[in-house]
Amino acid sequence: MQILLLALRRLAASLPTLLLILVGLFLLLQLAPGDTVDALIAQMGGGDPAMAEQLRTFYGLDAPVVVQLGRYLLRLVTLDLGFSAIYGKPVAEVILERLPVTLLLMVSALSFAFAAGMALGVLAARRVNRWPDTLISTLGLVFYATPSFWFGMMGIVVFAIRLAWLPAGGFEQIGSGNTGLTRVLDIAWHLILPVATLALTYLATYLRIMRASMLEVLTLDFVRTARAKGLGETAVVLRHVLRNALLPGVTLMGLQAGTMLGGSVVVESVFALPGLGRLAYESVVQRDVNTLLGIVFVSALLVIAINFIVDMLYAKLDPRIASGR
Amino acid sequence: MLGFLKRYARNPAAVVGLLLVLAVIGMALSAPFVFPRDPLSLAGRPLQWPMDNPRFWLGTDNTGRDIAAQIFHGARVSLLIGLVATVIAIAIGIVIGAISGFYGGWVDDVLMRVTEAFQTLPNFILLLVLVAVFGSDITFVTIAIGIVSWPPSARLTRAEFLTLRNREFVQACRVLGMRDAQIIFREILPNALPPVIVYASVIMAVAILLESALAFLNLSDPNVPSWGNLIGAGRGVLRVQWYVSAIPGVVILLTVLGVSLVGQGLNDALNPRLKGR
Amino acid sequence: MSDNTLLSIEGLTVALPKGADRPHALEDVSLRLAPNEILCVVGESGSGKSLTAGAVMGLLPEGVRATSGRILFEGRDLLALPPAEMRRLRGARIGMVFQEPMTALNPLRRIGSQIAEMFRIHTQLSGAEIDRRVLALLADVRIPDPEGAARAYPHELSGGQRQRAMIAMALALEPKLLICDEPTTALDVTTQAQILHLIRDMQRRTGTAVLFITHDFGVVADIADRVAVMRRGLLVEQGPAGEVLNRPQHPYTRALVAAVPPLAPPPAQPISGEVVLEIDHVSKTYRKGGWLKRNRRVTHAVKDVSLSLPRGGTLGIVGESGSGKSTLARCIVRLLDPDGGAIRLEGKDRLALSREELRKAAPQVQMVFQDPYASLNPRRRVGELVAQGPIIHGTPKAEAYERARELFALVGLDPAALDRFPHEFSGGQRQRIGLARALAMRPRVLVADEPVSALDVSVQAQVLKLLARLRVQLGLSIVFITHDLRVAAQLCDHVAVMREGEVVENGTVAEVFARPSHDYTRALMAAIPGQGWTPPVAFGSEEPV
Repeated sequence: MQILLLALRRLAASLPTLLLILVGLFLLLQLAPGDTVDALIAQMGGGDPAMAEQLRTFYGLDAPVVVQLGRYLLRLVTLDLGFSAIYGKPVAEVILERLPVTLLLMVSALSFAFAAGMALGVLAARRVNRWPDTLISTLGLVFYATPSFWFGMMGIVVFAIRLAWLPAGGFEQIGSGNTGLTRVLDIAWHLILPVATLALTYLATYLRIMRASMLEVLTLDFVRTARAKGLGETAVVLRHVLRNALLPGVTLMGLQAGTMLGGSVVVESVFALPGLGRLAYESVVQRDVNTLLGIVFVSALLVIAINFIVDMLYAKLDPRIASGR
Repeated sequence: MLGFLKRYARNPAAVVGLLLVLAVIGMALSAPFVFPRDPLSLAGRPLQWPMDNPRFWLGTDNTGRDIAAQIFHGARVSLLIGLVATVIAIAIGIVIGAISGFYGGWVDDVLMRVTEAFQTLPNFILLLVLVAVFGSDITFVTIAIGIVSWPPSARLTRAEFLTLRNREFVQACRVLGMRDAQIIFREILPNALPPVIVYASVIMAVAILLESALAFLNLSDPNVPSWGNLIGAGRGVLRVQWYVSAIPGVVILLTVLGVSLVGQGLNDALNPRLKGR
Repeated sequence: MSDNTLLSIEGLTVALPKGADRPHALEDVSLRLAPNEILCVVGESGSGKSLTAGAVMGLLPEGVRATSGRILFEGRDLLALPPAEMRRLRGARIGMVFQEPMTALNPLRRIGSQIAEMFRIHTQLSGAEIDRRVLALLADVRIPDPEGAARAYPHELSGGQRQRAMIAMALALEPKLLICDEPTTALDVTTQAQILHLIRDMQRRTGTAVLFITHDFGVVADIADRVAVMRRGLLVEQGPAGEVLNRPQHPYTRALVAAVPPLAPPPAQPISGEVVLEIDHVSKTYRKGGWLKRNRRVTHAVKDVSLSLPRGGTLGIVGESGSGKSTLARCIVRLLDPDGGAIRLEGKDRLALSREELRKAAPQVQMVFQDPYASLNPRRRVGELVAQGPIIHGTPKAEAYERARELFALVGLDPAALDRFPHEFSGGQRQRIGLARALAMRPRVLVADEPVSALDVSVQAQVLKLLARLRVQLGLSIVFITHDLRVAAQLCDHVAVMREGEVVENGTVAEVFARPSHDYTRALMAAIPGQGWTPPVAFGSEEPV
């Protein structure tokens, strides 16, 4: 019950943030030189000013900025994201087509990075300042410093080109007509490299924070109490340290959701995945304002949703949250 | 100060980081002398492997440009973008974080909402939007990277201020009748600064990575030599001439690694008690 | 003798890691503890008393280890025991209670499950049997509603209840030896009295031997059978409680005993009838949480308080944590703005001043803070810290530094130390610097918020003596906030007792201490540790060398 109240409060608190984002972004895009119509005309290979005016009226671009903003926000409430002039269909439809790929990529990468980062972090903290720790920590630093797109490309060189173990790109074998489990396996096989690429940086971050927080928790008083009870070191870590040490990592997961979505732009581009990130890139290049705003809206919703889940998880892990600090 | 330097020098990883950063700085400074020609101009036959031709010890890319020249000149761009963007991000972060943390109340509420908005937006997508709006001139790209990178430093500064503002020495200043500006900037800020400065290394590392990703997507300034650009250029010939992409990637990796190690070294030297955390 | 000894520490030496302020934490310490006996180990910070406990438990901090000596428990040398064997003893045969029950309990696990863990580790009992025993234990330590407490998380209990749960946990397997490391230091005085009573009571019932670490001679007088006094890793004196308390032999023990403020107030001093500070119906409420009204929590920190301070007098405001005494102090200096009422200094209401007027009027009321480590900006030289205030208000720099030099001499510091940084001073010295900073403004009223409670007892006595001297020498009017009735008795002319934001009793020290009229005051008085004991050495007459 208390958790439910907390959940509602958190959701309500994110509404002003969302509004702020949309208004700020819309105004920003008004500053952009050229609009959708310019882009459209450029794509068609030129046209006369009269036709441009007609098109502007058609897309409602001749109205004052405030009115355009008002219309846009009003439409958003009904989840109508507008019409993409470039793709020739509603933005919502374009985004929905692309969303599953990105979601799958993100969720897989996030779970992998979290699980592996936590495990390595615990391992490093248990062997602090000895060789396993040095190795893991160094690896973490190197992962953190690696540009993900470059790592992806080198992955392609090694695993797709040289060893020919994995596909070089794409979401699934096109035209294979796979269904059911075969299709699932095919997609999984295609996603191994992209997920590893996207997860890399975050794995390094989780590893570092988990190691630090393990070492921090190990100095706390209740760990001394646990030892005074006669628990062995492994039991102390499993029963008392782990859950407490997990908390900062969980917080970070929420904070990094946005960064990860940004990272998928690059990764999807490297592996030619038909996802939201690639769509964002394309709509920037094509100046498709409606689609870009739609993507930002959807990704903000996504980040808010992930943060919401993370908050609930945190409240579940830490009883102090639900009872009101 | 001397003790600080000694503590820093005793940490081998930090020294390695410093050497890496110094090497990149050396490359940036020496670029106009070692490679006086425009690094983006045609230098020779395309796609010569490293060491094949003694003139191009790192080889040439698919349009016949000297890779070594691009690496050296690229160092200037990466360092400059990294530094300037970091200064912008830290400056915004400190001002917003300090005001937010010191005054609390509705000021804090409003500023934190704005910070939250920036953090909710995926920073790379925001960067794309900014670049789409303001163009990919190197100045705009640098400012845009600074703008998308400030929220964490604001949060950090705010957190420091929140704890320091209730510290008794700050209350003592208020009891003495000191003005707010003096309390914020002369009493609290020097105490809040060390973790923020350490965090600057993280911002710089991310800034360099962001620029390279942007350049990789061909959305950065095409008129300046950039490591990311070179990696992107190598995509077409990845199958055989993978070195075109591999070499600049390693350089980015080493640069970012150097910056991170320096940051960690600073942190350890500033908090000797927490070393090894 | 040996068959009547449960624990015997023989020539224990514990080495500190390189770079510490001294090579050994403990040097050649020998102690004996018989079954059914309470041995108090007394000492100030850095005496090594907690490390002694750690050595017995085999839980020394990293880098710290025993280099020689033996710790014989039931005839076996604990220092030579393999780790697995030691773990079997820990918890089962030797229980331990720590100082801070909030941090000593895992915040993410229920109390019941943390106690049950003792049985899970050391016994083969069934789950149902364990649950039954946990409830029985919680009832034994007299926690109201044992079932609720077992289901609660640590943050849902009060400090006293948490410490009761800790004790229940430590006694779960009826250990032969119970080590208590300052178990009441973090608690309020009334809770402390209850916990001490509980420990004594449980000890009598189970026949457990107790090794009780403390810094407080009052507690020693209440609970000890025998006493060992430690200083800087050395055992300086050991003997039956009556001997050590009433006929201390070692000069250091005598100095510690002399540092305990006696409960009887000194003879009253003549004070003018003129009122310098008048607190008139002041209230302060805290509002926490949401923009929505119903989400707010309202705490009435100070409720309609009226008090007055005569010129040259000292008004003690006494209360436990949460009584609102610190909030009231902060209202007087206007670090906080009260909701209503008036605070008149020499007839002028300070609450009516604008921000700018208040800034100008700042010198009139100055404050001394509790924490000697947090109250000085670590990045400024101490001379600057003291001179800063006058400079802000227009005193020329040279003159301000000259005044700082004089004040350093006045508070007993070397005036040549003006250009050092705070970290180069000890806790007591820092508190003197804080005092000099306040006095540099030549205040009409000095507000002191627990200025001695973070200090070691011997240092505490010195600072109290300094305050008493300055009060006479400078004619200071002081509002003195404290939780310690002994301290209040020695320094104050008037005492106001606060509870939950209200003043429940107010009068001269002699009246309040001799004839407390309110029940709460009587309860507070009854809870003061060591009432039956009068320190045999006059207060502050001897100091450690």
